[in-house]
Formats: sequence, C-alpha cells, structure tokens
Amino acid sequence: MKTIVIGVIGADVHAVGNRIIEYTLTREGFNVVNIGVLSSQEDFINAAIETNASMILVSSLYGHGELDCRGMREKCIEAGIGNILLYVGGNIVVGKQDFKEVEKRFKDMGFNRVYPPGTPIEAVIPDIKKDLGML
Amino acid sequence: MKNYLMVDFGSTYTKLTAVDLEKEDIIATASHYTTVSTDITEGYHKALLKLYDQLGKKITFDKIIACSSAAGGLKMCAIGLVEELTVEAARRVCLGAGGKVDLVFSNKLTSLEVAQIIEKNIDIVLLAGGTDGGNSEVVLYNAEMLGIYGVDVPIIYAGNKACQDEIRLIFEKYRLKGYFCDNVMPKLNVLNIDSANEVIRKIFLENIIEAKGIKKIESEIDQVILPTPNAVLKAAQLLSEGYLDEAGLGDLMLIDIGGATTDVYSVGWGYPSKTDVVLKGLQEPFAKRTVEGDLGMRYSAEGVLQSMSNREIYQYQKEGIDIEYEAQKRRENVEFIATNDRDIEVDAIFAKKCVSVAVSRHVGHLEMVYTPQGTIYFQTGKNLVDVGHLIGTGGIIIKSPKASEILLSACYDRNNPLELRPASPVMMIDYDYILSAMGLLSLYEPLVALRIMKKRIKVIEEGAMKTNAIA
Repeated sequence: MKTIVIGVIGADVHAVGNRIIEYTLTREGFNVVNIGVLSSQEDFINAAIETNASMILVSSLYGHGELDCRGMREKCIEAGIGNILLYVGGNIVVGKQDFKEVEKRFKDMGFNRVYPPGTPIEAVIPDIKKDLGML
Repeated sequence: MKNYLMVDFGSTYTKLTAVDLEKEDIIATASHYTTVSTDITEGYHKALLKLYDQLGKKITFDKIIACSSAAGGLKMCAIGLVEELTVEAARRVCLGAGGKVDLVFSNKLTSLEVAQIIEKNIDIVLLAGGTDGGNSEVVLYNAEMLGIYGVDVPIIYAGNKACQDEIRLIFEKYRLKGYFCDNVMPKLNVLNIDSANEVIRKIFLENIIEAKGIKKIESEIDQVILPTPNAVLKAAQLLSEGYLDEAGLGDLMLIDIGGATTDVYSVGWGYPSKTDVVLKGLQEPFAKRTVEGDLGMRYSAEGVLQSMSNREIYQYQKEGIDIEYEAQKRRENVEFIATNDRDIEVDAIFAKKCVSVAVSRHVGHLEMVYTPQGTIYFQTGKNLVDVGHLIGTGGIIIKSPKASEILLSACYDRNNPLELRPASPVMMIDYDYILSAMGLLSLYEPLVALRIMKKRIKVIEEGAMKTNAIA
C-alpha cells in the first residue's frame, strides 16, 4: 500500500478540506498519514521519512502558500528523500493571478504537480495513480 | 504482624525501609554506603543492623524486595530514525523504564557511534525506527551495523513491525542478544511505551542485575525487581491516580535532586486548557520522567554553573558569593555536606537552579503563531500549569530549611511566560525518602503504599504562587 502524507501548511487552520482529502484517498486504498493543520515543512518531511511515504500532498487555503512552500524540495533533498513526489493545491497564492504563471513558479520550486483553486481531490487521483505507477 | 522490607541499592547509599502492613506505616528506615564494588551484601548487612537497632530488636520480614541504581544504573542507548519522532520516542521509553540514556543516535549508525556503545559499557540498546509499514531501510542497516561490530549486550528491536522478521535473521546471523517488542511509534506521533517497558524490565531482571554484581544479594532477599527511577515513577503514578476507593492527589509533579542528576516526574496528560492552543508533536507519556545529567548538587555542580547567565554570576558575586569557586568546591569534594548557614545558602542556590532548568526542560512550551484568524499558540510537550501538587525529594530538598524556596523555582516564571510550569501547586516534601520503597511496595500492596505516601509525604506551603498565577 502506497503511503501519502497530507496536511495544511503554514499558519493555516482550514481543517475541512483536509479531512475530505484524507477520506477520499483512504477510500481509494492509500495509506494516508494526515499531519493536520498548521504544519511546517519539517513536519511533512519528518512524517514522510518515518512512514516511508511515496508522496507529500500539501494543501494551502489562506493565500500564503508561496511563502510557506519555498525551499521545501531543497529540504527534502537534504533529508534524504529528494525524489519524493510533491503535490500542492488550494488557494496557494494571493489574489487572482494567472494560473499558468503560478504553476510554473511552484514547479520551479520543485513541486511535481500544482492544482488551481477549486480542484476537487477526485480530479487529482488519476495523476496520483499515474505518478505512483499504479495505472 | 506482617512486615515488608524494601531496599534501594543506590549509587552511594543502600537505603532500607521497613513497613508494617497492618499499621499501614513505616516502622524504621536505615542506610549505609553501597558496597557493590566489593560485595553488595556487606553494606546491606550493616544497614540492616542499624535498622534492628532502631527497632530495638531483630524482626523477620515476610518479604524483602529491592530496586537498584547501583553500579552506574541502567545504562541505555536509544536509536531511532528522525530526531523528533522515533529517536525521541525511544528516548522517552528508556527514561520511563528507569534507564540512564547515555547515548542517543538518529538515522544510520556510523562505526564511531557503534564503537561508543561498546566503549561506554551500555547495558541495553533500544533500536527503533520507522512507523509500522514505514521506513525499514535504516533500521535494517542499523541492526546490521550492531552485528558487524559485535555489540554484545541485549538489543531490543522496537521499530517498524514490517521488518521484524528480517531483523530477527540479522540478529541470528550475528548471534546478537536480540529481543522484540511492539513499535515505540507504531503510527506517526503515537507513543507506545508499555510493551518496550516490559521487555526492558525482563532484561533488567534476567541479565543486568547479574552483570552488575547485584544478583548476589538475592540469596538473602526475595528479588531485585526494578531500576530505582522506575520504582519512583510507579509511586508517583499511584499517588496521583489513587487505588480503588482510596483517592489520589490528581495531577502532580515530582522533583528529585541528587548529586549527579536532577530527575523530574510528572503524572497527567497535560493537554492544552485553552481553545486557542494547538497541540503539536509526539504524544507525551501520561507518567513522564526526564533526567538531567548536567544538573546536580555535587558531581554535576559545574553543569549548574554553566546554565547560569553572566548576570546571575555577577549578582551572586555582589552578594559575596563566588559561585564559580563554590561549584568547583562541590565538584571536587562530592562528600561535602553543608553545615554552616552560608554553605546551606549556596547549596540552595544550586538546588534552585537545578530545579528551574530541569523543569524548564520537562514541561511543555507555547509558541505564538500569527494567522489571518488572529494569534494562536502551538503547544509542544505537557501543559503542567494546573498541576495540583509539587513534591520534592532527595537529600538537599528534604534537609534544606529553604525547601519551599527551592521548589518554588519549579513554578510559573514571569520571565518565561511561554513555559507551561505549575502555577500554584500545593508543595509537599517526601521527608522520609520513601518514594522508591513505596513504588516497590505498590507492586504487591498498592493500597498500603498509597496510604503510607498520603500519610508521610507532607505539605510545606500551600498555594504559594497564587499571586503569581496565570490569570
């Protein structure tokens, strides 16, 4: 069973969507490790190491995702899990910005996949399965 | 009449506590230097003679049980993967079992680290790493390393369940003294203490007592059952929780200042008490022990000095106390006993610092976070603000006329408002030094042990910090 670490990054307390993600991914047969809201990059990375996770799925709803996610790939590399899949989604930047640019910015930061506001988790599952070699 | 004798083989003293079960009280206590380096029974016999002297006659005991921290205590090495997770879980298990955690390693072991396990004469290695079904690469590597370098002491595997069988093969391949228990962190941030604790105790009984020359005493007494700190933790938990109809004291904190270390025990979950506080990190044990090897009245006096700021040292200097000299004096003469007012005062200064720093490391901390929803707090560790009772034990606290001042250093500190220290506990002292004995007794007669503790551990000053309490 593949393990996915999920949580809400930074000083963000949006708990509901996070529970929906946990519920949906669990139903899809993943071992979900939910580290909850208000999580730091280190919390995600430590959890991924101990649980041998294949992927970290970061949520951010309060607009500060860009600040919170910066340097995360570098920290993964430093921690010995440099190849782990990093996903991010939610309202990850301030205001209405062209998503193409936002996506590029996050991909440059080392995120494998970046999802715009309003993406339901169901729409992400095919990507997860593909990236984890399950399809 | 039914009498039990409890013996505590300490690093310096062998302490005897005789209990009359029907009277539910202590009938005599006595102590003598521990003689483990020659023949442990010698010191025991001499203490026993003193005990008979006090009673005015020789009596027989229906049961004689002992705990021990002699011959260096139970020296443990905790190994895990991530420092904040399985390493910390392994460390907490060792401390709770009454161990002295001399070595702590994270991630893959190096040859130098394994060499240290051998050099430092570690008694038990606790090998953790990975949640159940999580990382197995690192624990497998580490087990292999312990094998290659021939670590010849009991090794408890307390890591990822999924590779237990592979670990077993490695243990067999290198003929290691392997033991198995449940994962200390089966799921992320979940702490699982009991199974590992049980195995540590079993090894303590089977191997350690023998290896340390303590087994010899068992021709004269029934059994050496526990490492001393584990007995104290059991006593603290019983006193807190109560037994059947007999009520306990509720959440409590216990401080034991010794010559080499300062131990802090707390019983209670320590959850946040306010709605704007979010609990973070690894789960805390309900009955928790921490031990500070750099804080003590004699062997570790210089460690206490190091924890003082220049300003503090300067302040004492202005009062005519050369704290650097005093620390050195205590370190070099560990038998030193303060007899005049000045030395008692200086001892109290050291004791207060021991308590203050040890408690700071034991209790949980708050961290402020600014969110779009306003300020909230992270709590890591235990919230001990509402702890009802604070108990002091150990020679310096029991004998010092400044005991209440010393204990007060454990309490809420205006300068460190984010430390979750007790705010206004009832302060008590274990005047007869009975905690380890009562921990032992609690294994057989919990009700009697509880009643004796409630009788003998006395209040010194009630709610002294009321004025300072957090609003």
